Amino acid sequence: MRALTWHGNNDVRVDTHPDPEIVNPRDVILKVTSTAICGSDLHLFDGVIPGMKSGDILGHEFMGEVVETGSRSTLKKGQRVVVPFTISCGHCFFCENQQFSACDNGNPVEKQDASEMLYGHAMGAAFGYSHLTGGYAGGQAEYVRVPFSDVGPIIIPDGLEDDKVLFLSDILPTGWMAAENAQIERGDTVAVWGAGPVGLFAVQSAMLMGAEQIICIDHHPHRLELAQQFGAKTINFEETHVREALMEMTGGIGPDAVIDAVGMEAHGFVADNVLDVIKQKIGPGADRGHALRQALLACRKGGRVSVPGVYGGMLDKWPLGAMMEKGLQIKTGQTHVQKYSQDLLRRIGEGEIDTTFLISHRLPLEDAPMAYKNFRDNQNEWTKVVLKTA
Amino acid sequence: MSEPAHDDAPKRARRDDTEGNLAIVGRSITINRPRAELYAYWRDFSNLPSFMHAVKSIRMEGSDRTVWTIKAPAGQTVEIETAVTEDVEGEVIGWDSTENSQIETKGRVTFADAPADRGTIVTAEIAYTPPAGNLGRLVAKLFMAEPNIQARHELKRFKMLMEAGEIATGDNRKPTDGDE
Ligand SMILES: NC(=O)c1ccc[n+]([C@@H]2O[C@H](COP(=O)([O-])OP(=O)(O)OC[C@H]3O[C@@H](n4cnc5c(N)ncnc54)[C@H](O)[C@@H]3O)[C@@H](O)[C@H]2O)c1
Ligand SMILES: [Zn+2]
Ligand SMILES: [Zn+2]
Repeated sequence: MRALTWHGNNDVRVDTHPDPEIVNPRDVILKVTSTAICGSDLHLFDGVIPGMKSGDILGHEFMGEVVETGSRSTLKKGQRVVVPFTISCGHCFFCENQQFSACDNGNPVEKQDASEMLYGHAMGAAFGYSHLTGGYAGGQAEYVRVPFSDVGPIIIPDGLEDDKVLFLSDILPTGWMAAENAQIERGDTVAVWGAGPVGLFAVQSAMLMGAEQIICIDHHPHRLELAQQFGAKTINFEETHVREALMEMTGGIGPDAVIDAVGMEAHGFVADNVLDVIKQKIGPGADRGHALRQALLACRKGGRVSVPGVYGGMLDKWPLGAMMEKGLQIKTGQTHVQKYSQDLLRRIGEGEIDTTFLISHRLPLEDAPMAYKNFRDNQNEWTKVVLKTA
Repeated sequence: MSEPAHDDAPKRARRDDTEGNLAIVGRSITINRPRAELYAYWRDFSNLPSFMHAVKSIRMEGSDRTVWTIKAPAGQTVEIETAVTEDVEGEVIGWDSTENSQIETKGRVTFADAPADRGTIVTAEIAYTPPAGNLGRLVAKLFMAEPNIQARHELKRFKMLMEAGEIATGDNRKPTDGDE
């Protein structure tokens, strides 16, 4: 099969690989029909996440048709499904408590050591996202092996085309959980840093959850226009003093909740052996923590901080004093995708949520390397790329 | 002077984790399954190779003696013979190496109810003498250089098998040669 393959820093290519096969009883094999490039993939493209190996297949936002089923799968050949990026067993303590991204049983045992050492607990598993999260082949490919197929994949009713439901795999539930973590109350102002896919879905979700005012911060005019379409006010950080503006737009109080949908190139995503590499890269890149620091300082006293943006290691100049003295609450984490699947699918079906506005480019899988480059370097116009395999 | 008072931490977590000439390693894990089921699976020793990857096979010798064939480099194997020394249904299984064994080791796995219906806390503790001789060194390197890691990996695989019904792998294809 053909698949988008990581070869190194700034080097992804579409290569030929052996087709995947059923390995475990709960697996299915999917023939991928649509797959997207995520902001998280750019962290891999930029080569700042260790635990990648040349030859790894990328992609954690994908959907397709079931073509093969393991003996314990409950799916049937021919079914169309969207697959959550988090690989979750459905039966451990965390899965039973709807904390799917913390699943104990998705990340292969040998791959857990690095993150267990680094974070105190092993990371959950994900598709196409380095060997720290399991070394699973991703879905930017013609075929993909999907474990735990009886609990993860979302069966899509006929009549809902791919582009409407594809983002159930990651960015829609991520924006939704980001807004939920902001614990929105009546009259709230919610400030969202980043008008990328995650930030825009956070805006849309916060609106549905009843925020009084949403203020989205970025520097790409077109992306900010998309936020405006959902009723958000905008701040362009290249033109405006962000904190001052936020105070003035909230009657001197500051936003009640802040959402960091920017994230940081995961410089600290480290196991021992890569610490040195990481150290070299810190410096200019470490400034990427800027959005989160700004959000913490802007947030009102007793306010709420929601962090969907990905961080991997240590952040210096963390305004811990501001957090403590203002009594801020912080909620973060990889998205518990499976928790939100059915509710969000229903909202899409009923027309309450539209996801297609985001897609700026639909391209064949073979064009993926060019699409990676543009999604990173021309962010204003390239808001989201969907790759088609057929 | 009297013995200094100890805290409540298990021996394996103390700075002095030896008992006589035995080094003690071990690990606890919580598994979201009933105690009886976990005990029964473990007590049928022929199941153990399914999650103990260094164990090639297990053979019963008589009613309470077990011969463990452990994989060693270059296709070699090493045998350890143990006898069950403790067995309380649903609670504990203990074993001790016999005089026929090439290394001295004893182990114990306990099963206890976790609070609030969270399943079962499974604790494996293994004590061993760092072995002598060439073969001993080989085994140590292979099997016991990082016995803590070994114990942790085996318990995690056991948990996966019991909770998820399978052991996670990122491989996209079945292994071609079952015995590597
Ligand atoms: N928690 C999860 O499960 C999860 C899931 C998906 C993505 N993510 C993460 O969310 C983050 C955003 O993802 P995306 O796909 O939207 O990425 P993206 O790169 O397309 O968008 C990020 C946006 O942030 C803007 N930005 C950069 N610096 C800023 C600053 N200082 N202030 C305000 N805006 C700034 C950029 O201009 C860009 O528009 C990434 O870190 C990604 O890894 C997390
Ligand atoms: Zn993603
Ligand atoms: Zn789980």
